[in-house]
Amino acid sequence: MSFSVTEPTKGTKWFAGTLVIGYAVITLIPLLWIIATGFKSPTDSIAYPPVVVFEPTLEGYVNLFTDRTRATDQMIEEAGPATTWYDKIARERGTVISGPSRYGERFLNSVIIGFGSTALCMVLGTAAAYAFSRFKVPLKDDLLFFILSTRMMPPIAVAIPIFLMFRNLGLNDTHIGMILLYTAVNLSLSVWLLKGFIDEIPIEYEEAALIDGYTRFQAFYKVVLPQAATGIASTAIFCLIFAWNEYAFAVLLTSGTAQTAPPFIPNIIGVNGKDWPAVAAGATIFLVPVMVFTVLLRKHLLRGITFGAVRK
Amino acid sequence: MTDTPIEKAARKTPDGMARRIRGLSDRTIAWIFVAPTIFLLLAVNIFPLIWTIRLSFTNFRVNRPNRDVEWVGLRNYERILTDPDIWNTMQATAHFLIWTIVLQVLIGFALAYLINKKFKGNDLWTTIIVFPMMLSPAVVGNFWTFLYQPQIGLFNYIVTFFTGGDPAGFSMIGDVHLAPWAIVIADTWMWTPFVMLICLAGLRSIPDSIYEAAECDRATKWRQFWTITIPMALPFLMLAVLFRGIENFKMFDLVVQLTGGGPGNTTTLTSIDLKREAFEKWRTGYSSAYAVILFVTVFGLASIYVKALNKVKER
Amino acid sequence: MKTKLMMTAAASAMLGTGMSTAAFAEDLTLCWAAWDPANALIELSKDFEAESGHNMSFEFVPWTSFADRMLNELNSGGQLCDLMIGDSQWIGGGAENGHYVKLNDFFDANNITMDDFIPATVTGYAEWPKNTPNYYALPAFGDVVGWTYRKDWFDRPELQTEFMETYGRALGVPASLAELKDIAAFFQGRDIDGTTVYGAAIYTERGSEGITMGVTNALYNYGFQYENPDQPYDLEGFVNSAGAIEGLEFYKSLYEAGAPPGSSNWYMGENIDAYRSGQVAMQMNFAFIWPGVEADENVGNGKSGYFPNPAGPAGQFAQLGGQGISVVAYSEKQDAALEYIQWFAQPEVQAQWWELGGYSALKAVVEDPGFATSQPYAQTFLDSMAIVKDFWAEPAYADLLIPMQERIHNYVIAGDGSAQDALDGLVRDWTEVFEDEGKL
Repeated sequence: MSFSVTEPTKGTKWFAGTLVIGYAVITLIPLLWIIATGFKSPTDSIAYPPVVVFEPTLEGYVNLFTDRTRATDQMIEEAGPATTWYDKIARERGTVISGPSRYGERFLNSVIIGFGSTALCMVLGTAAAYAFSRFKVPLKDDLLFFILSTRMMPPIAVAIPIFLMFRNLGLNDTHIGMILLYTAVNLSLSVWLLKGFIDEIPIEYEEAALIDGYTRFQAFYKVVLPQAATGIASTAIFCLIFAWNEYAFAVLLTSGTAQTAPPFIPNIIGVNGKDWPAVAAGATIFLVPVMVFTVLLRKHLLRGITFGAVRK
Repeated sequence: MTDTPIEKAARKTPDGMARRIRGLSDRTIAWIFVAPTIFLLLAVNIFPLIWTIRLSFTNFRVNRPNRDVEWVGLRNYERILTDPDIWNTMQATAHFLIWTIVLQVLIGFALAYLINKKFKGNDLWTTIIVFPMMLSPAVVGNFWTFLYQPQIGLFNYIVTFFTGGDPAGFSMIGDVHLAPWAIVIADTWMWTPFVMLICLAGLRSIPDSIYEAAECDRATKWRQFWTITIPMALPFLMLAVLFRGIENFKMFDLVVQLTGGGPGNTTTLTSIDLKREAFEKWRTGYSSAYAVILFVTVFGLASIYVKALNKVKER
Repeated sequence: MKTKLMMTAAASAMLGTGMSTAAFAEDLTLCWAAWDPANALIELSKDFEAESGHNMSFEFVPWTSFADRMLNELNSGGQLCDLMIGDSQWIGGGAENGHYVKLNDFFDANNITMDDFIPATVTGYAEWPKNTPNYYALPAFGDVVGWTYRKDWFDRPELQTEFMETYGRALGVPASLAELKDIAAFFQGRDIDGTTVYGAAIYTERGSEGITMGVTNALYNYGFQYENPDQPYDLEGFVNSAGAIEGLEFYKSLYEAGAPPGSSNWYMGENIDAYRSGQVAMQMNFAFIWPGVEADENVGNGKSGYFPNPAGPAGQFAQLGGQGISVVAYSEKQDAALEYIQWFAQPEVQAQWWELGGYSALKAVVEDPGFATSQPYAQTFLDSMAIVKDFWAEPAYADLLIPMQERIHNYVIAGDGSAQDALDGLVRDWTEVFEDEGKL
């Protein structure tokens, strides 16, 4: 390799590497702590000094997925001996499992609303982005700016009229209402990102297709869409993560039927006050998929978080 | 941005080409493609906005369906702008905004600078550093209250491990003086990677040839840093500040979970205050006026800032 | 409204012929706070499911977001909840805004009479306007703020001796709030069995209603009144009377002298945790926790004792908690919901309710000769229920609560200004609310 004045020296690299890795390790501690707490017993979770080495237990996960009642002697008698491993864990704490908790439902709501809004957003966003990229749309720049500016409003401010509107339409606390809302919020992101991706596809491909006798429509879905597949996929993941993480609208506009996990997780509570292992277990199950997506997305991260303003 | 070669090419596409070949005209397709998006945005964004403006001149309250709605003119605006508590809230927001941006820019830029030294495995570590910002702020904020617990919390334990003292002796979210910093720390932990990523893109956009030329001129590294690196990365830095500024002005989820606006009112940011007015006191008209004021503020500040950003870019 | 009432009447008429007439099995959702008694209610309701064929679901929200979430639900006309065990202060809004179904006709049709329930709970949970026979709920869960203390620590001879030397009286259940503060200060920072313990966990929570539910126990007993007894909504000199100011200062001094460091945002859950883990000698909390304390492996089995909120210079009162159960007007399953209330009101069910840890408000249960001795805390519960006072239950209750939370927290926890400033400010805030409401 030829000598370059801009190539850092070995010492510099080593020094930079150490600092960055040091930062990465510190920044990981809270995340690892969440995951670890999920496997602690309630006693270990609030031990002083905080315990790093502990006997792992699934109690947090059992508590996350079940409702329990403090057992009276009569109830234990009625219920008979514990038959399953999770029953046993509950019995050891003097409680009896009375049924499944609501966490599963809330998680499922997150999945339905997240994927539903992402799918809808992709359909609408790809079409709009294609039009903005390829056609003369009147007032194009204004429209694009308008689409972006919708993202600048504080969600709480937006939620006031949305709340009233949803109430009148009967959309409060419904899946469809939340899907429409998240789609609208995400459209700005998806249109801007996808326009960037489609801009990068050479127009010659379509021209060739048109000359071959394709209609515009066919050229769009047979030529452009396959070319834009990676871009669409990463945009979709960004929309999904947003919908997945959203809290303000969810806490104000849903209460039970369509409530997603983020407003639910902080509210997980045990038989005796706050149940941190269960909260941590709920958080872990909820956060880990996003971490996986982050790894998948790493090449397009920057573009996603800046609305396509920075592309490299 | 609008004059990319691709778009020029698009404009040159013979207008009638598609039309000549069977199918819909381009214009029709364009409308079919754009209309649903515009419609949805009109329904979910613009219509509500107009409604909010209308409501802001009334005394409407959601929780009083049986009361007559009256026009009150500008009284809601007057009440908000003359309320000393609102200014406290603005102050708390400003403290949060300024310090999160300062810290995130400093740490984020430093990290980007170091990562740009291209040490082995920098891609992997970059991805790891990015994790916090992808997570749900509400869930993370909730968990930070656990880390901040006096005595049993990991944060207090680590701090006193290094500084000595009693881990039960201070409470990050309970103390009037510490709570504003507790939210700054959590937000900085979460969003520094964002600034880092943008800065990294900025640093990578600087062509090596400029540094090579500077070396030929015998410019010191220090001088190169201030005359090449910083000015060339500045538009990127400013973009990062714009994004963080808007995001943190809107901040709700992380802080509401962390402190709920307390102790007292020390961390009551505007969004939290607005939520109290709108969804706890249900003063709908009043809080609509509040929302309009916030929107004008964000929009105004952002527009001024974008103008400045464009000037820097042109240089 | 009229159709609603007629529907209710029709429903009650139908119900009058007996429960077995229920033709459809409905899925009923009951909304309440997420806490111990709610778990007991799940258990209790299994009998209802078996008897009626209806299926019960539950939506429980922790106290700190309970009011927020559920009032949002009611104000949005939501159909999530068919039955609502709403907090006592919501009754005004529930009645005036038509969230709750009026139950008078239903009670009459089914021979349920409010005379059978503890009077304080009827006034507190069921009536609107107060002291008129208009019922929007059936008292479901009696609750009141009281104190729990570590009897085992109080009984230690060495502590007894030291306390006697310092204060010149025996260490025991305090006779006044001032004595309670002495005890809290006595335990503050003390080393017991190798760990540092603190005096008393008190309510300091900022976000919902915590610090208000705590401070009122001091305010009432030092002479605070919500309004001029002779002239409604006349606040000046009652809310910020000399006694009220003294009471507020007392609460701050109690927080400074006896509360665990960092307990600046504590409510029911945090107080329980601190007490159970052996951090504090006493805790202020609603009575609902007592069954859990008795059953706890660390502090139960006779290690704990209970006493009502001690008297102050102006008398002895305690903050009322507790809830009534209402039928939500937006529900499409009101008939089945009323069936549930009818079932719940039966004396046998109420007795079972008490057994599972629910505080029945039915006289037949609490006046049973065996009641007072049935649990170590039963007598304290009865004594406490006799001295209750409640916060505003106006439809504007949230507007009144939020400034109180803010003023009190700012003074007690953040140390802003004086007690006089805080209460003067509160008078201004409340006056503004009542002016907005057209009551002034």
